[in-house]
Amino acid sequence: MQVPAQFEYERATSVDHAVALLQRYGPESRLLAGGHSLIPMMKLRIANPETLIDINGLDELGTIRLDRDEHGAQLCLGALVRHAELLASAVAGEHFPMFHDAERVIADPVVRNRGTIGGSLCQADPNEDLSAVFTALRAVAVVQGPDGRRLVPVREFHVGPYQTVVEDSEILVEVRVPVRPGGGSAYTKVERRAGDWAVAAAGAALWLDGGRVAEVGLGLTAVGADRFGAPRAEEFLRGAPATEESFAEAGRIAAEHCRPVADQRGPEDYKRHLAGELTVRSLRRAAARARGLEA
Amino acid sequence: MQITVTVNGAEYTRDVEPRLLLVHFLRDELGLTGTHWGCDTSNCGVCVVLLDGLPAKSCTVLAVMADGHEVRTVEGLAGTDGSDGLDPVQRAFSDMHGLQCGFCTPGMLLTSRALLDRNPDPSEAEIREAISGQVCRCTGYENIVRAVRAAAERAGTVTS
Repeated sequence: MQVPAQFEYERATSVDHAVALLQRYGPESRLLAGGHSLIPMMKLRIANPETLIDINGLDELGTIRLDRDEHGAQLCLGALVRHAELLASAVAGEHFPMFHDAERVIADPVVRNRGTIGGSLCQADPNEDLSAVFTALRAVAVVQGPDGRRLVPVREFHVGPYQTVVEDSEILVEVRVPVRPGGGSAYTKVERRAGDWAVAAAGAALWLDGGRVAEVGLGLTAVGADRFGAPRAEEFLRGAPATEESFAEAGRIAAEHCRPVADQRGPEDYKRHLAGELTVRSLRRAAARARGLEA
Repeated sequence: MQITVTVNGAEYTRDVEPRLLLVHFLRDELGLTGTHWGCDTSNCGVCVVLLDGLPAKSCTVLAVMADGHEVRTVEGLAGTDGSDGLDPVQRAFSDMHGLQCGFCTPGMLLTSRALLDRNPDPSEAEIREAISGQVCRCTGYENIVRAVRAAAERAGTVTS
């Protein structure tokens, strides 16, 4: 029987209250969102927080909305949005189909009812899917602390495996994704069985200008890519013709620059092969979607 | 800490340790042992209950997180419909041999109930997707899928 060690339990009634509780209880306290990473780790005694601060009651963190201001439109996802809610969100799927590609294969439908997008990002598991998606989309994380809010590009959010820039007394409140017209996106994952972590996965967001790539974002997970990124492949693609040949070369570059590690999910060379091949497939599908040839 | 959880329509107030998991709250505090307890790692899905109407793995939810919320367990299925006192999904699992050892069955029944509540006419693919977070080692899933389809078809017959 797996039971967590003893801890204090507090329930936050607002984001400010959550921050105040984090300050009061210090670095040995942890925020509790969906709990589907934290509670299993506590049951295994890998994580032993002294205090859990439950933020599940903070409905203001559970919304998905399209925000328009002078800088243009952005999709704003509250940190407490459940995976199932992102999968069901028409506005998210309309602007970024890669969210739905990814959410269909994140854990299983029952886990997706509880797990949150903010929890996934903050867990910073190197095999996590949304980290790659948000990397590809150049999303911006909104982090709130005692001194107010700060914006952190997701490409600077992860410090390393299971480590982020979120400080002890801070809370991730929202993830914003800039919306630009003329784009398409896709996410492709290979897993050993339904609901498993990725053997490897790749996401691509692509904006076309005529036959050329105007802008591109790539994200890789489970293959040891630095901060889930493939910047050299992006550099190659920007301005290049949006063709199979370009995508193949981008896949080759992405595979070359990742550092997969052999484990029970597969050997290093297989994962490297997947990194390249899945990058190509996501680029191909993103381009088809940008051209309106595929839903 | 004191919590009040509505389980199968009845309110229960108990003093619990924050580390108590919902599955053990239901089984040990309330004596509702229909909710099974399996892998303890949120993989197998035998501990699935409905939390505010949605399937959740109760080995990965703290009882304190259910404070003020509604839980439905397999004990809350029977008596809701039909002359034999069984929920249509229970009747269909029985008729279609959707269970053998029965260990996964409470979770499968609840997920099926939640699926049919929001999608009364699910395709085979939709049924398989809905139960994909739950493991059955007896049936090979075939008869579970048939049972959910049968429950959907019978419900359709009754209402039309």
